[in-house]
Amino acid sequence: MSLNDDVQVLKCIPLFRKVEPAKLKLLAFTSERLTFMAGDNLFAEGDVGDAAYIVLDGTATVRVRTPGGDVEVARIGRNDIVGEIAILCDIPRTATIRAETDLVTLRISKDGFFHLVTQFPQIGVEIMAELAQRLHNTTQALTQARAELAATAGS
Amino acid sequence: MARLPPTIFSYVRAYSWRNQLVILALTLVSLPFFYLWVELPKRIIDDALGGGAGPRDFMGMSLSQLDFLWALCLLFLALVIINGAFKYFINVYKGVVGERMLRRLRFELYGRVLRFPPAHFRVTSQGQLVQMINAEVEPLGGFIGDAYSLPAYQGGMLLTILVFMFAQNPLMGFAAIALYPVQVIIIPRLQRQVNELGKARVRQVRVLAEQIGESAAGADDIRATAASRFRAARFADELGKIFFIRLDIYKKKFFIKFLNNFLAQLAPFLFYAIGGYLVLQGELTIGAILAIVAAHEKLSSPWKELLTYYQLMWDAHIKYEQVVAQFDPAGLREAPPVDAGPAAEPIEGTLVARSVSATDPDGLELEDASLELALPVCAAVLGPPGSGQSALLRAIAGLADVETGSLTLSDQPVQLLAGTALGTRIAYVGSPAQIFSGTIRSNLLLPLQQQPLAPAPSGVGRSPRAQSEALASANSPHDSAADWIDPAAASCPDADALEAWLAEVVRVVRLEREVYGFGLRGTVDPAQAPDVVERVVEVRRRFAQRRAADTRLARLVESFDPDRYNQNATVAENLLFGVPLDPAYAIDRLPQNRVVRDVLRDLELDREFRRVGYELAATMVELFTDLPPDHEYFRRFNFLGADDLADYRVLIGRVSEAQATELTAGPDAERLLSLPMQLITARHRLGLIDEPLQERILAARKALREALPPGDLDKIAFFEPDAFTRGASLQDNILFGRIALDQANAEATVTAQMAELIEEMGLRQLIIRVGLEAEAGVGGIRLSLAQRQRLALGRALVRRPDVLLLDDATAVFDRQEQAALRDSLLEAMRGRTVIWAHGHPEWDEHFDKVIVLEQGHVVAVGTPSDVRERSAGAAPEAAD
Repeated sequence: MSLNDDVQVLKCIPLFRKVEPAKLKLLAFTSERLTFMAGDNLFAEGDVGDAAYIVLDGTATVRVRTPGGDVEVARIGRNDIVGEIAILCDIPRTATIRAETDLVTLRISKDGFFHLVTQFPQIGVEIMAELAQRLHNTTQALTQARAELAATAGS
Repeated sequence: MARLPPTIFSYVRAYSWRNQLVILALTLVSLPFFYLWVELPKRIIDDALGGGAGPRDFMGMSLSQLDFLWALCLLFLALVIINGAFKYFINVYKGVVGERMLRRLRFELYGRVLRFPPAHFRVTSQGQLVQMINAEVEPLGGFIGDAYSLPAYQGGMLLTILVFMFAQNPLMGFAAIALYPVQVIIIPRLQRQVNELGKARVRQVRVLAEQIGESAAGADDIRATAASRFRAARFADELGKIFFIRLDIYKKKFFIKFLNNFLAQLAPFLFYAIGGYLVLQGELTIGAILAIVAAHEKLSSPWKELLTYYQLMWDAHIKYEQVVAQFDPAGLREAPPVDAGPAAEPIEGTLVARSVSATDPDGLELEDASLELALPVCAAVLGPPGSGQSALLRAIAGLADVETGSLTLSDQPVQLLAGTALGTRIAYVGSPAQIFSGTIRSNLLLPLQQQPLAPAPSGVGRSPRAQSEALASANSPHDSAADWIDPAAASCPDADALEAWLAEVVRVVRLEREVYGFGLRGTVDPAQAPDVVERVVEVRRRFAQRRAADTRLARLVESFDPDRYNQNATVAENLLFGVPLDPAYAIDRLPQNRVVRDVLRDLELDREFRRVGYELAATMVELFTDLPPDHEYFRRFNFLGADDLADYRVLIGRVSEAQATELTAGPDAERLLSLPMQLITARHRLGLIDEPLQERILAARKALREALPPGDLDKIAFFEPDAFTRGASLQDNILFGRIALDQANAEATVTAQMAELIEEMGLRQLIIRVGLEAEAGVGGIRLSLAQRQRLALGRALVRRPDVLLLDDATAVFDRQEQAALRDSLLEAMRGRTVIWAHGHPEWDEHFDKVIVLEQGHVVAVGTPSDVRERSAGAAPEAAD
């Protein structure tokens, strides 16, 4: 449970994979390790987001509110990141994350992250590249889906 | 006093003429002794040694030559002592008089600052005021003691010597003073020029003080506008001006000195020339010339003193005049009476404004405002920013002058009420409000402290001597350490009721949660409140029960255990396992303590800590190296500041880890040894304090306890499971451990659980009371802006005012919080008058009356619906 272990974990996160290790170490140092007990929520759908969490140990469920009650839509485990959008922009949480077992996380606060990015814009550029890549993928997927939809409608 | 005496001399005469007379009298009495002392050596030489053997007459006795010598020598010794004593006494007395007058002047000037008309603050900066009251009047104290006595004493000496010279030979006497007229004519002229320069210098130094003050206050803005080079250049120019003024002063001043010396040396020239001539002519003896030259030498000392005095006098004169001019502005408010008068009458009836014009401190004006409100009323003052709301509220409070027209509250002019009811019946809160140094509590209680009600307990507060000195300087006769707090002023029957009311006020301004938090972090003295201590220990016991029953809760707190290392406490806390009650064991300087150092050395832990310290420093240097010194991270991860970081970088470059470990003495060794002390394993996750090291720290904990000299046992309060730990915070005492930093929501959950138990044991009020003792810092600097503003609102409510004037007083809060405060404040003030200038037209339903201002004019007064209709009618396009 030392800083270097945390850095290793951060390196595996796609969002941070291009950030140089020295800065990841600073990010790790300024983040906190938080343990959630089984059954506790990391955050609830609709909350204002202020941090992202990386799972270091344990599993959690991702749940979404539906008219028929909470529905589990996914499970997350070691090295997964949740809530990363919250450290980039102000949107309410889109799902509830509930610890299934005791869950050890690394909490990256929005503030801490911003202070890092404002100081080292290179990190911002790297993350921007990563996000652009994702946007590109999403756009492609959307285009493809539209095409398929049009094909189905046309037939 | 309406005006200050116009000159330093009139000031001295007005307030210290009796003392001046005493000084003069003492000086005169001392003179004969002085002359006797000057005279005696001559008699010893002439009469005792010369004049042959044989009996001498001494005060009617006949003494042998030797006895006569002894007698004269003893007399000489006695005179030395008497003269010394006179000098000592006169000097101390002069010092006291000067200091009293200085104290009086400073007190008067300070009092005037509080009475300045608001406009005067726009032309006189804070920096200038500080400079004037502190530095500029300082030399006056020294001068005042000498103001009359010095010229009298030195002048007397001068005159006596001159008489002696004329008696020897009139011609020689004239020679001695022949050049005085030259000095008397030329030197004052030069002196006047020096004086003018002196004035210019004083003004220039004020400009400097102003610039320094402005730059210090706006350091961020200077950086943000990249203006530092330009500001530096401007500052350099101002310094240059002072330099050249000073240079001129030096030139002129030393020229005066040169002239004086030259003229003084010219006199002996005349003695030798004229006297020599007369001797050759047989009209004068050589002895007479020598006597005159000797006398002339004695003359130079008083003459020099007089000239120095002359310069000092002008200096003091200018300083006094310039300071006084700044403190006598037109429109200076009346001084409040020394004693608070009877309580003001309730404010009821109506508020009537007729063609009122007023100006707020930013120069925004209210013009020709007329309105009438039946009290009590809950009124909102609306309008675009800068339309004179602040001027209106300040005018009602009596803080801004009503320039034209009339403004009355319950048929009394507001100017009159400002002297009697402001702060008691009428409360005003601006934005941002000023908080003063002291505790939260002392800030809240300010309006209840009108005058001392009971003298301070003996031993505290002013001694009779301090009191008589205060009166001798016309300072405040009231002892600030006395009991000033008047519960009745807050309509509370006793101190306990006041305590409950303060808690209520804190709740109303929504500061309760924060004060409660301060309270948990605060501490109580077991000696003062034994029952409280028992209850706290009981809360601890119950909390421990809950923890034993609830495994989840158990994980959130890590107990203090004598045999275990606490991961959520610092290394130093783990080492000491207690709270220092004496600075010798202060937690941040623990390794410097002799006992601790020895223990660490015996266990070879000092080497280990230095190694860890070195690693820590290296890690910090690596992590933080690219960050600018003012980066947020330095504040948040506060082992070491940016300045330290640079030092450590040098240190690491200079010595290797192995070398560092072996260091035994010197600043490097101390620094490295101290560095790991603040590490908290659970927070910092650096892996530096591993389990073997933790075991060794535990061993050191035990060794330290055994090594403590008996005299030091009461300097540390050790953690004991069943006893209240003196000096430890209430929270530490209740939890008997630390909240786990690595457990999610631990703080919130634990705090909630504690709160339940605290409520159960009836300790909530106590926690609030302890929280109110939290220090606000100078200007409230230790509180956040929001906390300061809440405190100011609370301060206004404490006196249960009839009229509460809120001048955009919630502007620092976000919208949601403003609305919450609105409901809370209006509820608390129900049935009394609130006049609230704010920027929320949508709040109008919450007020009975709405006053709309535009560009300094009242454009509408009425119920919310009236005003809405009218504005809809006047500006239909804005009705959407």
